[in-house]
Amino acid sequence: MTTPHKYVRTEDAPLLPPPATEAGITGWLWQNIFASMADYQSIGAAIRSLFMITFSLLLVYVFINQTFGLIDFAILSAVWSDPDGLKREACWTVQQGGALPDGWHGACWPFVWAKQKFAWFGPYPSEELWRVYIALAVGTVGLIWALLDRMPYHRQVGVLMLTIYPLLAFILLTGGNNEASLTSIGVWIFGGLAMISVGRMGAAGYLGAVFAEISSVFSIVGWGIIALNVVRGIASVDFNLTPVGTGDWGGLLITLVVALTGIVASLPLGIILALGRRSQMPVVSILCTIFIEFWRGVPLITVLFMASVMLPLFLPAGVNFDNLLRALIGVMLFSAAYMAEVVRGGLQGIDKGQYEGAQAMGLSYWQTMRLIILPQALTHVIPGIVNTFIGLFKDTTLVSIVGIFDLLGAGQSAVADAAWSTPVQAITMYLYIGVIFFIFCFGMSRYSIFMENKLSKSRRH
Amino acid sequence: MKKLTAAMVAVAGVAFAASASAATLDDVKAKGHIQCGVSQGLPGFSNADDSGNWTGLDVDMCRAVAAAVFGDSNAVKFTPLSAKQRFTALASGEVDILSRNTTWTMTRDTQLGLNFAGVNYYDGQGMMVPTSLGVTSALELDGANICTNTGTTTELNITDYFRANGMSFNLVAFEKADEVVAAYDAGRCDVYTTDRSGLAAQRGKLTAPDSHMVLSEIISKEPLGPVVRQGDDQWFNIVRWSLNAMINAEEMGVSSSNVNNLKFDASITPAVARLIGKEGNFGKELGLSNDWAYNILMQVGNYAESYEANVTPLGLARGVNALWSDGGILYAAPIR
Repeated sequence: MTTPHKYVRTEDAPLLPPPATEAGITGWLWQNIFASMADYQSIGAAIRSLFMITFSLLLVYVFINQTFGLIDFAILSAVWSDPDGLKREACWTVQQGGALPDGWHGACWPFVWAKQKFAWFGPYPSEELWRVYIALAVGTVGLIWALLDRMPYHRQVGVLMLTIYPLLAFILLTGGNNEASLTSIGVWIFGGLAMISVGRMGAAGYLGAVFAEISSVFSIVGWGIIALNVVRGIASVDFNLTPVGTGDWGGLLITLVVALTGIVASLPLGIILALGRRSQMPVVSILCTIFIEFWRGVPLITVLFMASVMLPLFLPAGVNFDNLLRALIGVMLFSAAYMAEVVRGGLQGIDKGQYEGAQAMGLSYWQTMRLIILPQALTHVIPGIVNTFIGLFKDTTLVSIVGIFDLLGAGQSAVADAAWSTPVQAITMYLYIGVIFFIFCFGMSRYSIFMENKLSKSRRH
Repeated sequence: MKKLTAAMVAVAGVAFAASASAATLDDVKAKGHIQCGVSQGLPGFSNADDSGNWTGLDVDMCRAVAAAVFGDSNAVKFTPLSAKQRFTALASGEVDILSRNTTWTMTRDTQLGLNFAGVNYYDGQGMMVPTSLGVTSALELDGANICTNTGTTTELNITDYFRANGMSFNLVAFEKADEVVAAYDAGRCDVYTTDRSGLAAQRGKLTAPDSHMVLSEIISKEPLGPVVRQGDDQWFNIVRWSLNAMINAEEMGVSSSNVNNLKFDASITPAVARLIGKEGNFGKELGLSNDWAYNILMQVGNYAESYEANVTPLGLARGVNALWSDGGILYAAPIR
């Protein structure tokens, strides 16, 4: 019965390689670049192809030209070292009295090396720099440990980084030994304990139904007060370190302190504000809305300027807030308002069914938020959150207008040094600062993509 | 806005002058150092060096006061201040002395609740042109493109000058000094104008410094000096006489290299003896010890030493900042 048919194959057709236009490097190049230039079937298509060719060539030219210009300036033509200690003369052309050929245009790296310490730590005393190194090292290791969930105990490390580390860094950087009376600390701690007890009693229902609703606030505030005063107590211990005032901090150190404080404080503050704005209680909601809209309505530069120039005028004579602390508080409140709006965006994206499901399961408001709503809402808005972080990191440069030497401010101050004045002095320093900023911002951006991929696995289709 | 700020600073200044007449000297002694407001970086006047130490003529002013008060020229901390912040920082007590190339003007002296304790540098606005322009006088600059900084008095001064002389010009203004220099260097304008000390400091940033010249015209008066809060005459006197001591010492030929020998020299003139505290009770009358000026000279030096260490490297000759006896206008009241 098996009549052989000529048109039926008796064996598998041999596997052919995919066409050159579909696979491999050539395929990628064809699909992404050349395909758009190879269509000459009609006049319209031909014009389009020709346009694509011209435009591509132009772009390639500009790209190569600019990249080469940068590489040439930063690497090939650059002066790398100044072994004879000539300072500015090391980067001078013959015309200016130096040794480099006329028309030379390259980076003057010895200038940056000489200002390295100043750009990183400002006027921080050199003999005390080990304290900054320790704080930075512990911070870096702790941060990486806490952020990579492959590491053991990364959650615990994260908690330590948010609680013990700021205190450690504060004591290391300032030298501790703050003025604080033990009596006042004691009174405050007692007050905190009293508030917690009131909160407990309220929660147990002894103080009426209305009070039971807000009893948790009492407990939280009480714990906050106690924590704050324990910190005050530890910060007032004399560790026999030379005190270094914040006026002596500078450079990258300031940038990191301002950015990290802003980042760490703005997320919880922002979440609370966002929840408050969506609250059913009109007073809370109105207060939160006013706060958010106020801070979003003023530019950061105004906030800093008010904090540093106007505030001292309203304080009684002799009362002096630390200049850095004023700027820190300004940055913190400012970024919290922005964060609140990002988080609110996430909260609004959560389906009503999620709230109702949680209520049906008998969860309280805080349980609903903590277990159901926030984990989903925050995951949705990771790009927005990291965007705010990156914006905040870059906004820290604004503190230089109020006389705080952040990385950019220290760099600009270094550029004013006549001992190094050359035509390329400013460009070299700005290039260096730009690279540092890029490393931090790009790092944050990559980490956000990593987190997004990790957390959104359940929602992949 | 500017007026409003000035008014607020003035109100606050008066309020502080009334309330804060508590002696600055006592406050300073209690905290153990002087807080000195300086610029965020101006070559020759206040500038952080490679290791972050502050140097400059304005910085030496503060060190001199520290030497007079504490006998230690390092008992001073520096607060870098922007031009906008400086007067509030002084009025609010954040700094004890403002030594930040601040021009002494009548408005500032009378309306902001502060006092100028003297002049430690006589500056003036100058103009730099490329030699290839073939100009020898500013009066030949009709129709020139002029580069300068935005929002400073230099902009107003140059406008006044050109209007007064019936000449036209184009103003090309930039926010930062570096941008101004870059634009001038690239040939976008024919003239670069700013204070003469600034011209000298920025010169090194030009591709061919030798093919540019500073015109001899000086079109504004900029007496720069240390500033203190109004209403504390003792502190005002200490700052004023610290400066006077440095200038008088130069005039008498007393410097950091010989002041120690002079102390044990019986044949010194009475004026020198008064200066270094061997005669009279001048330090006590200021509320300090009698070797106040000796400490200044020992640790900071006289005016000429400070000038030569800080300003001369910029290529600025003494000019009007020479002593009156050398053809300049530096003239300090005598210590007697």
